[in-house]
Amino acid sequence: MAAKTQKVQKTNLLLEFFYRMTKSFSSKLGLILLLLIVLLCLVGPFFSPYEINGVDLLNMYSGPSKAHLLGCDAMGRDMLTRLMYGGRYSLALGVCASLFGALVGVVIGSVGGYFGGITETIIMRLMDVWSALPGILLCILVSSAMGSGFFATVIALTVGGVPGTVRMIRGQILSERTKEYIEAAQSINCSSFMIMFKHLLPNVIQPIIVTTTMGIGSTMIMAASLSYIGLGIQPPNPEWGAMLSDGRSYIRVYPHMILVPGIIIALTVFAINLLGDGVRDALDPKLRD
Amino acid sequence: MAEELIRVENLKKYFKVPSGTNHAVDDVSFTISKGETLGVVGESGCGKSTLGRTLIHLLEATDGKVLLKGQDITHVKGKELKHVREKMQIVFQDPYSSLNPRLRIENTVMEPLKMSGRFHSRAELKREANRLMELVGIDERLRTSYPHELDGGRRQRVCIARALALNPEFIVCDEPVSALDVSIQAAVLNLLKELQREMGMAYMFVTHDLSVVRHISDNICVMYLGQMVEKSPTKELFNNTLHPYTKALLSAIPSTDIHTPMKRIQLKGEITSPINPKPGCRFASRCPYAKEECRQPQELKEISQGHFVACCRIKEIS
Repeated sequence: MAAKTQKVQKTNLLLEFFYRMTKSFSSKLGLILLLLIVLLCLVGPFFSPYEINGVDLLNMYSGPSKAHLLGCDAMGRDMLTRLMYGGRYSLALGVCASLFGALVGVVIGSVGGYFGGITETIIMRLMDVWSALPGILLCILVSSAMGSGFFATVIALTVGGVPGTVRMIRGQILSERTKEYIEAAQSINCSSFMIMFKHLLPNVIQPIIVTTTMGIGSTMIMAASLSYIGLGIQPPNPEWGAMLSDGRSYIRVYPHMILVPGIIIALTVFAINLLGDGVRDALDPKLRD
Repeated sequence: MAEELIRVENLKKYFKVPSGTNHAVDDVSFTISKGETLGVVGESGCGKSTLGRTLIHLLEATDGKVLLKGQDITHVKGKELKHVREKMQIVFQDPYSSLNPRLRIENTVMEPLKMSGRFHSRAELKREANRLMELVGIDERLRTSYPHELDGGRRQRVCIARALALNPEFIVCDEPVSALDVSIQAAVLNLLKELQREMGMAYMFVTHDLSVVRHISDNICVMYLGQMVEKSPTKELFNNTLHPYTKALLSAIPSTDIHTPMKRIQLKGEITSPINPKPGCRFASRCPYAKEECRQPQELKEISQGHFVACCRIKEIS
């Protein structure tokens, strides 16, 4: 094992990170599952014989069959095709909004936590006001103000999660900033920027990575709620959440309409969570062997 | 007498706390010459570490002056501060929290080199970092390790290498060995001494361990609640102890001689609070010789060559 680690050390950082991330079975499983889903969404639609919005009136509500592998929805549109195509929106929305939210939160939170004093007070009181409004309301507000484009939706989904991230990172930085290595960095002339992003951030980022990956799932659900009330991704464009809410009215008679998008959302979130744990372990040098 | 390097004049560092002002360092003056080691001793909370941190600009002084080679550096900022910091470095007490757990130790050592801007290629940086780690005795196989993979002594060596990287003329050693095993303490102390002989740096050695300070210091100053109560060359201090607090402190050193019974001076009472202290000798409330005149502010007086004491009753009690 020692020889193996030695070899890895000499290759570049990215490869080493990848090697350590995929060392455990669960994170390997998560990665493979996620890759399969992404591949399905990216490549799948090209192989489908059906149009995304093509209506097959004879097969309305039909369950899985040879012609329609996952059945059809209330308008006779092929579920599999819509699922693969809609995944592009769902995945992109979930990932982009979570990452963007984490980025904004981390920057604001580290500035507040590191500088302290009046800067911190202003930032934290703003966050209090911000988080006093329910996330979904903010989301609806921004979405209706900015329209229903992809980026507008990303920003709308980002807004609700920012205060939580800011709080978390600030708390972490408060406890980390009193440690002596920060003073040591000051005494060797590191700038505030360097201390924040080279010394503090890598030591406080772990919980953020985990909550961000876990958050991708709930962001996807949030995106679904948005499209359900007519904001966000607009019909007839398919999106997993929208498909889910389309099928809601038929849950007793035609369960496949809600099971299909439901299961794929659950699978995706599951894969992302497994991967999130792997990323966390890979980033912690204490778990290195 | 060698050339003067650091001069501290009436240095004060106060902290605002909810119940008043904490006089952590109150009116402390001393000088350190080139290549000299000044030991600073005192019990926990007497402001030793605050003094060290204020000297090298990790804390801003409330009042007083710090001079480096005659230049007033108490309130320097920006570029000047950068230059000053290159001349003054610090080694911390706890080698477990003074290294960034996410940096390999060679990167930790390389960082100050990068900051100095003296090196232009990565190969040069690496060569210099290797030289430093060689100097402090870190094996080649350990250089790409993370801090948690090393023991306390090795980590402290890394901290020393990092402090040496900028070629400082003055290093504050803030209890550098108190977190280490006794066997490793000796090794690190000898390393510090050796480096001083080779490179001629001055140390300010903060500690509460009297045997350590005796081993390494040329001069010692004794602090009590933020004030300096006695300052003297090491030998003189141990042979001719004057201040009642120093006497009590030195009487606590265990003796290896079983034939002379230990005369331990037991101090009564609690250490008084450094928050809004009353004027006068702060040791007075515990001092067996305290009288009315001890309530007046005390001055450091030179009793013999280089031996200063802040006690108004020193002639009567010694």
